[in-house]
Amino acid sequence: MENEIKISAKGVQVFYADKHAIKNVDVEIQDKKVTAFIGPSGCGKSTFLRSLNRMNDTITTCRVEGEILLDGQNIYNLEVDPVQLRAKVGMVFQKANPFPKSIYDNVAYGPRIHGLSQSKTDLDEIVEMALRRGALWEEVKDRLSEPGTGLSGGQQQRLCIARAIATQPEVLLMDEPCSALDPIATAQIEELIDDLKENFCVVIVTHSMQQAARVSNKTAFFHLGDLVEYGDTEKLFIKPLDPRTESYISGKIG
Amino acid sequence: MKIKKTSLSLTSDLSQKRNAAEKRFRLYGLIAISIGILMLIILVATILSKGLTAFQQTFITLDVELIEAKLDKKGSRDLVDIKKVTTFGYAPLVKKSFEVLISKEKLVTDLSSKDASKILSKSAASDLRNFVLNDLNVIGQTVSFEFLTNSWIDGYLKGRVTRETIQNSKNVSPEQLDFADQLVELGIIKKKFNLGFILGSDASDMRPEAAGFGVSMVGSFYMMLVVLVLSLPIGVAASIYLEEFAPRNWITDVIEVNISNLAAVPSIVFGILGLAVFINFMHLPQSAPFVGGMVLTLMTLPTIIISTRASLKSVPPSIRDAALGIGASKMQTVFHHVLPLAAPGILTGTIIGLAQALGETAPLLLIGMIGYIATNMPNGVIEGLASPNSAMPAQIYEWAKRSDPAFYERAWGGIIILLVFLITMNTVAVILRRRFERRW
Repeated sequence: MENEIKISAKGVQVFYADKHAIKNVDVEIQDKKVTAFIGPSGCGKSTFLRSLNRMNDTITTCRVEGEILLDGQNIYNLEVDPVQLRAKVGMVFQKANPFPKSIYDNVAYGPRIHGLSQSKTDLDEIVEMALRRGALWEEVKDRLSEPGTGLSGGQQQRLCIARAIATQPEVLLMDEPCSALDPIATAQIEELIDDLKENFCVVIVTHSMQQAARVSNKTAFFHLGDLVEYGDTEKLFIKPLDPRTESYISGKIG
Repeated sequence: MKIKKTSLSLTSDLSQKRNAAEKRFRLYGLIAISIGILMLIILVATILSKGLTAFQQTFITLDVELIEAKLDKKGSRDLVDIKKVTTFGYAPLVKKSFEVLISKEKLVTDLSSKDASKILSKSAASDLRNFVLNDLNVIGQTVSFEFLTNSWIDGYLKGRVTRETIQNSKNVSPEQLDFADQLVELGIIKKKFNLGFILGSDASDMRPEAAGFGVSMVGSFYMMLVVLVLSLPIGVAASIYLEEFAPRNWITDVIEVNISNLAAVPSIVFGILGLAVFINFMHLPQSAPFVGGMVLTLMTLPTIIISTRASLKSVPPSIRDAALGIGASKMQTVFHHVLPLAAPGILTGTIIGLAQALGETAPLLLIGMIGYIATNMPNGVIEGLASPNSAMPAQIYEWAKRSDPAFYERAWGGIIILLVFLITMNTVAVILRRRFERRW
């Protein structure tokens, strides 16, 4: 469905002990679209991304206030199990971190622990589908038992993406997934992101404005913890409404 | 400001002083290492020179006629009846074999056959009896049997005992030494590798030649088994809790500080604790390896906890993030991902902890494992754990205390065996650590 809201954040504040990292952010992220978070270093975009799947819970000094609704349900409600949430909202990190296990086991781990497969054939199917969707199947189909850490940087990151989508999440969060990769691997991943949005809601944090411009449908610009501007990517880049956005895009700040 | 031009091929004063200082520093380092190596060589040489002789023992091969009339009067080959013949019954057979030997080889001696048979170990008759009881068919035959000689003859062949040192000795006479010389020439008395030292049990003061290290090795083995089975799970579980699950508050800090302190507590304190709690309060059997094992567990736990925590900390957070990111719970993250990666470090720490526990003597002192003479190999695991026994370092200490130089020699032999175990365990730990070291 067009323009359906997947994640709705209202009045979100994030504190690291006394440091006010995210100040009063309201944003509505659409399903089946790619949303990019851009901004200078330290502006809070990664922090905000991590609060979308409650990864900030692992940091003891971190406190989140406000509401973040996934399909209308506040993910910070007491009844919500963060473990189950993270199966629905997958995450890919900046540096590829495959488990030191075989390629097959890397992808199969998520479905196994969430009980998504009944039998070995089921699991095989899930693994194959995830690797195909992650644009890695052709390259690794003959060596699924080899360790995941033996792949090249770009392949490892695609493995991490495949691993994240194996649990059939609804949302895929990507924290600067290409920053550690060379341009060719980056291009492969960007192409992949374009395919992924057919099935998932994708949110990507990126340092590169050019990447945001290439890949995303909507862009949010963060600056010093505030969400300064949010809108269609084309409009934001060609005719930004806020002067801070304009400064960042033209390279005066950040 | 004028800059003075200097040539690169002439070393300035400053450079010369620096080079000289470096040379001196290298020399000091070399001297220090040389002194260390020298000490090591002296240590090893001393241990080997004093202890290797313990692995050799003097044996005498005699033909003994196992006279049926004396051993099995009824001729029934009934084990129960034959067992009734005590070692006193076997002594005449031994005496007779000496008579036969002296006449057959035409040996020159003033000794009566009784005095001649005294060159044998006091366990000779008992050894012969055990041999017969094991195989009743030999009764009536003449068998060639290897007896242990007593420790003075053994000392004579090893150079420890000379005609001067035995001037006032009641245990051995110069005639016996002359007799022994003749037997050595005939090849009937020889020094041989003594497997009994490694496998046998300890013996009383009168029979140092029969004393062996084997039973105390078994005692140490059972103790190490208890230490491994108790300290590894408890230590790893405690570390995982402290590292992954404990809240960062002052209670956790207090626990951590205390664990570090416990690692530095003198081991005899654990001995006193073991005595008070395990022996006096819980009335567990004294001198049992399983009690010794529990005391050593208390001592080894801090070491294992500290090394396990270091291994857990060394697992990079990216692995934890990855696992959490796809929806693994904290327990799943720890057990499926962190623990397997920390396992080599944990293994190394455990082996080193066990090696330390193997060599500990002081705590065993107080729970009674020193001074206990274990004469029999335990049968089975339960007896091995619960029946009183000794441990390797305790046995060494016990032997070193006794006045007979034959025991002293055995103490050195025991030290060699103990050191072999320790070096092996530590080497295995180092190899494992190298093999499993990962570069992230």
